[in-house]
Amino acid sequence: MKKIILAFAGTLVLIAAAVIYVVSSRPDTAAALPPAQLTLAPGQLLYRDVSTGRIASVPLDNPGAKPKVSGLRCDRFAVAKQTAVCLAVEPGTLPAVTDVIVLDDHLNVRHTESLGGTPSRARVSPDGKLVHWTLFVTGDSYAATGFSTRAGIYEVETGTLVKTIEELAVYKDGSRYTAADVNFWGITFAADGNRFYTTLGTGGKTYLVEGDYSHYRGKVVRENVECPSLSPDGTRVAFKKKVGDGVWRLSVLDLATMKETALAETRSVDDQALWQDDHTVLYGLDNAVWSVPADGSGTPRRLAADAASPAVTG
Amino acid sequence: MYIAASRTSDLAAGTERKPALRRVAANVVALGVVSLVTDVSSEMVTAVLPLYLVLGLGLNPLQFGLLDGLYAGATAVVRVLGGHLADRWRRLKAVAGLGYGLSAVCKLGLIAAGSSVAAIGVVLAADRTGKGIRTAPRDALISLSSEPGTLGRSFGVHRALDTVGAFLGPLVAMAVLALSLGSYTSVFFTSFCVAAIAVLLLALFVRDRPGSVDRAAVSLRAALGLLRSKDFRRVTVWAALLGLVTVGDSFIYLLLQRRWDVAATYFPLLPLGTAGVYLLLAVPLGKVADRVGRWPVFLGGHAALCLALVLICGPQAGFWLGVVALGLHGVFYAATDGVLMAAAGPLVPKALRATGLAVVQTGQAGARMFSSVLFGLAWTLWDLRPAVLVAAGCLAAVALAAALVRPVRP
Repeated sequence: MKKIILAFAGTLVLIAAAVIYVVSSRPDTAAALPPAQLTLAPGQLLYRDVSTGRIASVPLDNPGAKPKVSGLRCDRFAVAKQTAVCLAVEPGTLPAVTDVIVLDDHLNVRHTESLGGTPSRARVSPDGKLVHWTLFVTGDSYAATGFSTRAGIYEVETGTLVKTIEELAVYKDGSRYTAADVNFWGITFAADGNRFYTTLGTGGKTYLVEGDYSHYRGKVVRENVECPSLSPDGTRVAFKKKVGDGVWRLSVLDLATMKETALAETRSVDDQALWQDDHTVLYGLDNAVWSVPADGSGTPRRLAADAASPAVTG
Repeated sequence: MYIAASRTSDLAAGTERKPALRRVAANVVALGVVSLVTDVSSEMVTAVLPLYLVLGLGLNPLQFGLLDGLYAGATAVVRVLGGHLADRWRRLKAVAGLGYGLSAVCKLGLIAAGSSVAAIGVVLAADRTGKGIRTAPRDALISLSSEPGTLGRSFGVHRALDTVGAFLGPLVAMAVLALSLGSYTSVFFTSFCVAAIAVLLLALFVRDRPGSVDRAAVSLRAALGLLRSKDFRRVTVWAALLGLVTVGDSFIYLLLQRRWDVAATYFPLLPLGTAGVYLLLAVPLGKVADRVGRWPVFLGGHAALCLALVLICGPQAGFWLGVVALGLHGVFYAATDGVLMAAAGPLVPKALRATGLAVVQTGQAGARMFSSVLFGLAWTLWDLRPAVLVAAGCLAAVALAAALVRPVRP
């Protein structure tokens, strides 16, 4: 009997502790500002406000200004032309289901796709016609660490959805490459809306694949290139180069000469870089958005604190 | 009056069928409840970990996958060590408690680790170490608390309770996320509290190994001497051989997904299908094993897996075939996991029970790990269907050989 009382008392205390912790860690919603109405007007730096998860905006030429914070919650965010994309985990889904939300230039919802997985990368093609993303997918609950990636594309005008580009016909050294373990992540499109680059992960290695969207094929052009991001002029790719386990160096590859330049950011960057213009790349690191020259010169500059997933309108 | 009274008692003794829970030792039920509560705790974390790593911390989960194999290897060593120390100190409950306690503290460790990849890696490794430490002493306690003739049922009850916890964990995690408005640390803290409740229940209600044991028996040499016992060696070797030709869970689910084009949203539900069948059949198959022999049921489980593989690769692809294949996968678990422990238990002297069970488990787990690598290789080299058919063929051959050799008398 004594044991039962002890068990009950102990269980109650522990449950009470859990409830108190849960309730006290609820974010304070009363302090939040009323949401601002944002548009995709040129000259803004948009980003994810990390502490609230909402999309915020500052002028690109004065990033220190007080941000306007919208009511839109996203885990990843990207824009191009009149199109924006927001990846948001549906609350209360385990394993996670991600909403891929396509938005217009007033951040009104145009289309939503619900896909299984956790948001990793999101981009819009320079012409604003293709929205593409990468999700992390877990296999099963018994092997918690068995991850794979799924990269997909949505055509804004036709409504065509490619859930995963796994079926892309990839050629390596002239012959068709097929393996069970192929993973794609980090897509970037050229201004023509057809040429694209992505990372192919297979056999413990990563490759840069140059793709042709209309023919739906691609070829391996280089090894050890992850999360490519094509420059606005289409000549260079900013990417993360693996230099150790879990350590990546932000670099730029010249596609004509295949010459690599390590950028001035020496800390490990695990993000798909974003070209602000042909000379500067932006990236998220340690809950802040940074900028660094694309030619290896200069030093990193912090543009916004408490920020992630930068996007630039232009 | 007199006659009527005696008749009622006869009826009670003869025909009343008590539920399985009451017909197993209280200690086994207590251990089952501890496992249930612990599984709620650990599955809570498992369910939110991907979200936490990617969205909460902005880490790349692919870098954790690489360490997975390393952890699994370390767990194997720890398991034998935990089993042996439990026997040596004659403190099965204490060593199991240490394992449960370590895993509980690791939940707080996840909060303390913050966003450091190295620290998270250490915490996850420690969590698995805790699991490795506790498994063999716990299974030894189950087998020592039961009558030899009803071991199958005892393990069935324990595994069924354990699986209930695995079902509840994600639900609790979802509730916590909803209540805390998406706070991952709340999930970890709640998970810690739940794990602490399990440790409390273990401390209060689980009794250590009953009866006195020959004190001289437990040395490292005696432990190594286990493998000189013919019956025990045979079970260990055959279980490992079968493990070597067993296709891993994640492959089964991938196969099902590819063949039936399961949407990624539903993909994570596949393991729940296996677990559901496992939950329903663990006790009945344990009882069958007690009646007809544990080894035949153990081999029958492998036959079910073999059939599942053939179905997955067969010429027909229908929704129901997929359901049947998933069900057979659940049968495989229900007929092998606890049943192997029930088969191996009586072959090991009481004083060495934890060590012995740890050796069998480690042999099987190691072989399965190796088989995953082999199967992955075969998949890459030959493509899906040939790889599965070869695997099913190997499985059938080894199971048939094991049936002919009959390493354990039923």
